[in-house]
Amino acid sequence: MTNGHEGIDRNIDIAPGDEHLEGGIGERVLGYLVGLGLAILLTATSFFVAGTDLVWQPSIPVALVVLAIAQMGVHLVFFLHITTGADNANNVLALAFGMLIVLLVIGGSLWIMANLNQNMMPMDQLMQMQR
Amino acid sequence: MTDATMTYTLSDPHHVRAAEHAGPASKRIVTAYGFWIFILSDMVMFSAFFATYAVLLGQTAGGPSGAELFDLRNVAIETGFLLASSFTCGLATIAADARNKFSFQIAMAVTCVFGLAFLTIEAREFASLVARGAGPTRSAFLSAFFTLVGCHGLHVSAGILWLLTMMAQVYAKGFRADIQRRLLCFALFWHALDIIWIAVFTVVYLLGSAV
Repeated sequence: MTNGHEGIDRNIDIAPGDEHLEGGIGERVLGYLVGLGLAILLTATSFFVAGTDLVWQPSIPVALVVLAIAQMGVHLVFFLHITTGADNANNVLALAFGMLIVLLVIGGSLWIMANLNQNMMPMDQLMQMQR
Repeated sequence: MTDATMTYTLSDPHHVRAAEHAGPASKRIVTAYGFWIFILSDMVMFSAFFATYAVLLGQTAGGPSGAELFDLRNVAIETGFLLASSFTCGLATIAADARNKFSFQIAMAVTCVFGLAFLTIEAREFASLVARGAGPTRSAFLSAFFTLVGCHGLHVSAGILWLLTMMAQVYAKGFRADIQRRLLCFALFWHALDIIWIAVFTVVYLLGSAV
């Protein structure tokens, strides 16, 4: 089975979202089904972990973040067909740069704001000083 | 083949240096790559909203907190609808590659229905929050909540309009190369929205109701 884009895709790169095709339609649908199954499993685990008292409570936020990142990976691989192959190098590099900025924005904001929160005088005292 | 290219090809038998000289990337790759960059910049924008939400999570100004407001059963149903729509969007991509108009329209219609179901649940959640006096003006926490989740909801609404446009274009023009490129971009957009939703239900609802 071909997706009909080979004629224009003889380059070594592949478009983001395009699948490197070897199998037939059945195999492609199976790929999406595997992705759906894994995603459902991870989502269900997230919702279960959030509401349970079976595990040590302080570990729950970490577990939720790990599960979310794992599910994003599943979506990237099975739905967006981002692979580690050479034909995907440009797509992965762009993604890596995007994630770097995302981490800097989120991590940096949380760090700076927590720091300010700790070092700033409480608001009522600040108001008193201005009188 | 000239002697020069012969020597070059023979010195690189595994084509590591791409001795084929493939030339500039195809329009399909250029278009999708450009759209990929847009999606990544969209994620950077969302990361700012996520950072805002995380910083303002405790700033309820004496108002209700996430734990009192969020209905996790509703969120689970919403998540299920969006995940299912991502799957049927993948089926639509396969149908488009196989040039099967009928399967394509069915898969896109189902994707649209799931997307609308998601939006309906979200709209009812927002309406009930506002009705309980927990609108975006109540506290910094709720402002951040409505901005982040509402922005994702706007993206889904735009995606549904795009989806309907693509159904009409395939109906009227068939699977032309330019239509296929737009379909690829649409699929990227729709799957990316689902990835952002993973972060939303984890950070906003699950972590947000634990605080």
